[in-house]
Amino acid sequence: MAREARAALSPLRMPLTGVQALPLAPRHGVMLAVFLAISAGVAQAQAAPAAPSIILTMLKWTPLLAQGFALNIAMSFLAMAIGTVFGFALGLGQISLLAPLRAGARLITQFFRNSPWLVLLFYCMLLLPFEVRIGNSIVALPGWAKATFGLALPVMANVAELVRGAVQSIPSGQWEAAESLAFTRLATLRMIILPQCIKRMTPPWMNLYAILTVATPLTSIVGVSEAMTLTGDILSSEGRTELLVPMYLYLLMLFFVYCYPIARATAALERRFAVR
Amino acid sequence: MTWTPDQPLIRMRDVHKSFGAVPVLNGISLEVMKGEVICIIGPSGAGKSTLIRCINALVPIDSGSILVEGRELHDPRLDKLALRRKVGMVFQQYNLFPHRTALDNIMMAPIHVLRRDRASVETQARALLRKVGLEGKEKFYPGELSGGQQQRVAIARSLAMQPDVMLFDEVTAALDPETVKEVLATIRALARDGMTCVIVTHEMGFAREVADRIYFTDRGVIVEHGPPAQFFAHCRDPRTRQFLSQIL
Repeated sequence: MAREARAALSPLRMPLTGVQALPLAPRHGVMLAVFLAISAGVAQAQAAPAAPSIILTMLKWTPLLAQGFALNIAMSFLAMAIGTVFGFALGLGQISLLAPLRAGARLITQFFRNSPWLVLLFYCMLLLPFEVRIGNSIVALPGWAKATFGLALPVMANVAELVRGAVQSIPSGQWEAAESLAFTRLATLRMIILPQCIKRMTPPWMNLYAILTVATPLTSIVGVSEAMTLTGDILSSEGRTELLVPMYLYLLMLFFVYCYPIARATAALERRFAVR
Repeated sequence: MTWTPDQPLIRMRDVHKSFGAVPVLNGISLEVMKGEVICIIGPSGAGKSTLIRCINALVPIDSGSILVEGRELHDPRLDKLALRRKVGMVFQQYNLFPHRTALDNIMMAPIHVLRRDRASVETQARALLRKVGLEGKEKFYPGELSGGQQQRVAIARSLAMQPDVMLFDEVTAALDPETVKEVLATIRALARDGMTCVIVTHEMGFAREVADRIYFTDRGVIVEHGPPAQFFAHCRDPRTRQFLSQIL
């Protein structure tokens, strides 16, 4: 009710909360663990008498799975970094006083924000060369690097929207006060507007990171050897159908363990910023 | 082009301004001499805020002429930044920068716009805070100050630019009655020190006391003006009389 009233009073203000109305809770982790235990139990019952136990098999493959998962994390970090840098530029382009720049930035943002991630991923895999020449040296572009770039594109467009929304949510009085003190537009942005935006942007930005992280298994479709691909490889090398459900649940568990602290931190930040 | 202190510091001639199809200023003319304090009063929607925003080029005008120290504002080649260094403005909603302390709010513009030396700016900023009665609040953030205190920081922030004229846009309208007094006292002290002030206000008692001349505006025109004693006692226009009878 209070939030609705605030939204009505300041229609340009970006809602600080509500993006993540239902954050992950400890019970979600408990549920996942219980499912994992049950499915391991069921698989154990189905297993051939002489086969190694389900738990031991899962433990045996854990180092490899962790290796793959590290690639997921690395891709998510890189894609977030690239997307944030370019997204900032694109977001500022959207509020430029130069009409062509503004229109161009809006078009690019809309295009990448509304394209399916998987389609962008495929385009990047197919259109980017496998190596690039920088000066005299040739740098190889492995599949995971191309995929990272593909993931960075929608991140960029989403960050651009965050920046634009945050800047427009700053009351116009701040611009007026800065103008009346003879600040240039650029100085106003740098010293007065953007510092205030960072705080508003952080929770949705972290939210976007969590979404990106759980989207990294998409890259398995284009052949990157990350955790999802490796799980498939493990299953085919084991050749035991009863392993299927516990193995994928195990993978889910890994993602949960990684994303849960981020979700909690995001929710905590949202609460803290909403109070002020 | 060169301006001398015996000429009006601000001279508006037949200024017109519309927002879309809505005319807001319909031919405003007024003059303010150096050291003069003028108060602009009138019903809401009379264009008072727009009028005062024109003087530091926050609002561009459609036609007419505004000279500030001999600078024509209705000129596309106008150096707005140079103008704004000379014209200070205080807003109804204070508009302090919430992410910076009171002291930083005052110091930012002199350091980054005027490129002055940090140490001397800090000395001046502390002196200004003392002047507006807020010694000891240097490290406070705007959110930790009352409305009246924030408004006094805003006044100090404008003064730090050492302007030749100060514009006050209904600076007490958003304040609690008990804090209005402290802000008015600050402006009164400024006026007494010889600062040129253009004040849009609803505080009639204050206007009568502090102003050299009072302008009454309605529907984008100046209906009448004069020294306070004459204005309040012998206003001629029925619109002025009606307004004063409602407000006094």
